[in-house]
Amino acid sequence: MAASRDDRLIVIRALLARLTSALLASWIVLTAVFFLLRLLPGEPGTIFEDPRVPQEQRQRLRTIYGLDRPLPEQYVRWLGGVARGEWGYSLSQHRPVGQILRETAPNTLLLSGAALLLELGLGLALGVAAAARADSVADRGMRILSITLWSLPTFWLGLMLMAAFAVALPLFPPGAMRSVDADELGLGRRVLDLLWHLALPAAAIGVPAAAATARFVRSTVLERLGEPFVQSARARGLSAGRVLWTHALRAGLAPIAQLAGLSLAALLSGTIAVEVVFGWPGIGRATYDALVARDYPLLLAGTALSAAFVLAGSFLAELLQTWLDPRLRDA
Amino acid sequence: MPDTPPTTGRRRTRALRAGLALLATIVAAVALLPAIWTRSPDRQLDPAVAGLARPGSRFDVVHRADGSTLAAVAIEVAASEVVLQGQPRPTRIAIGDLAGGGLGPQALDSQFFPLGSDEFGRDVAARLLAGGRVSLAVAGWTVLLIALVALPLGAATGSAPPAVDRFVLRALEGLQAFPRLFLLLGLAAIVRPGVLSVVLILGLTGWIPMARLVRAEVRGLRNREFVLAARSAGAGRARIVLRHLLPNALAPALIEASLAAASAIVSEAALSFLGFGLQPPAASWGNMIADGRTALTGGWWVAFFPGAALALTAIAFNLVGEGLRDRLDPRSTAQPPAAPR
Repeated sequence: MAASRDDRLIVIRALLARLTSALLASWIVLTAVFFLLRLLPGEPGTIFEDPRVPQEQRQRLRTIYGLDRPLPEQYVRWLGGVARGEWGYSLSQHRPVGQILRETAPNTLLLSGAALLLELGLGLALGVAAAARADSVADRGMRILSITLWSLPTFWLGLMLMAAFAVALPLFPPGAMRSVDADELGLGRRVLDLLWHLALPAAAIGVPAAAATARFVRSTVLERLGEPFVQSARARGLSAGRVLWTHALRAGLAPIAQLAGLSLAALLSGTIAVEVVFGWPGIGRATYDALVARDYPLLLAGTALSAAFVLAGSFLAELLQTWLDPRLRDA
Repeated sequence: MPDTPPTTGRRRTRALRAGLALLATIVAAVALLPAIWTRSPDRQLDPAVAGLARPGSRFDVVHRADGSTLAAVAIEVAASEVVLQGQPRPTRIAIGDLAGGGLGPQALDSQFFPLGSDEFGRDVAARLLAGGRVSLAVAGWTVLLIALVALPLGAATGSAPPAVDRFVLRALEGLQAFPRLFLLLGLAAIVRPGVLSVVLILGLTGWIPMARLVRAEVRGLRNREFVLAARSAGAGRARIVLRHLLPNALAPALIEASLAAASAIVSEAALSFLGFGLQPPAASWGNMIADGRTALTGGWWVAFFPGAALALTAIAFNLVGEGLRDRLDPRSTAQPPAAPR
């Protein structure tokens, strides 16, 4: 295992290269969106079309927001701000975009984190269970069930969960993130209240993702079961369960970590519609509202931040993968 | 415990056959049922009575001479007038005011809503069929566009010099890092909504996975014996790519195409649901679910049926994709499934 230090360097260099290219791609996409948005008829921000706002007031607002300058200058100023971590001023909420992002980002992280936990927990359990009974009736049933579940559109699943468990059977709240009186509750009750509000939206995003993960875990574990080190463990007389959980699954954790990183983009895409459905105050909903209100600074920042989450997630997942891969770990 | 599933023969094509059968059923239903179920998807039947009617509802309908219609839970015919029950209070209409001037079939009929009606008193079944035509067409055209972009691009990159290949691969990986729905929404805001623009933005944001698959396949085969043999026989680069490399890449491309179709149909629905895809009053499964969202407390069926149709179609495409993978590519069992939405 002498070469593994070099191996690790190579991995890290590859990761950095990928990060650079992702940042470049993000810059290109954001620049394209910045200019394309200005091709739209009408002005940024619906306030400029409100007939109740007097003409000189509108002109003053344009000056304040810098919208009266030539487009290239606006772009350079925007890019300079972004480089300093300033995303400008929201045209619809009339406060700094950074402030909005700071308020909404934790909520989206909470929702997608809960969905990710659900995805990995359910996915691992069901995937290993299916691998243990490969090709049995139960396994084939699981296959059909998981294809069905991962085909479900998250926003529709969210609506149906709401119709079933918030309207027909009022077990869960139909939306929002906390109860009206949440501030008066103690800390423990407040956490419970949050989880209670989190259940349906997290299930809408997490359950289809878990089905996909279960399929992947099943085939990864099955592949490992055929490898010599697993067969030798079996030959040494270890129980089937032990072989499955400690040998086959552990060897398969690295590709599973990679899948978790890859699924982040899908989870975050899922949060937009689900946040809109459940009125969850996260980045997805803020971005959607910004789109409706033609609030370009907020729209660009929300898109960029969600891409940043995905990048950070896949970066972490790859680091985790190199750490979990026994060939790279045993330095 | 078997090492790998010994899937052979009919077993191996079971998912494929199930998927194709389901898909054929859906396409046939959407294509043929409108010939039987001729009610217009836009027709509003008296929302005051027939709005948000449960699946299986039946209404008596009175057609007046001025062309308007009134629906009722029940109709009583008296000597000189008909009495409609079920309005806030009974409505009386003189027989002379009825269409055709009497109690004929033009004036009185009974209408059945197998899947219920929406808030506007429109037939969910008729809208489901109309929306299905649009949703399926969008998915089909999108996959065609994806193939038209991804096949040449993937083949070109895969057979290009390594530096170019690496550069393009980096660019594609970077683009894939973007959460697709954010990108779709941003693009959808820019174009005028319609079938063509939805196909364009779905196609232009969806071709990367297929291009990467084709590229990987072409790259892997580039130095195999049969390619070297062709090259030494004097075949040019274009001929090698077109005749020897691309045909081998078609199997993974076909698998990806059916997964992309599932993703396209769901993405279109998500866009329309959020109001940036196909616009009302035209029906699409996505905007029907949006209608169903506002009606959710009054009736689950408005959102349920279009979503179920959407899910069934996505299941059919995904089954076809899985089945093709079993059939064409038995080696690659450990593929991370394409996770769209």
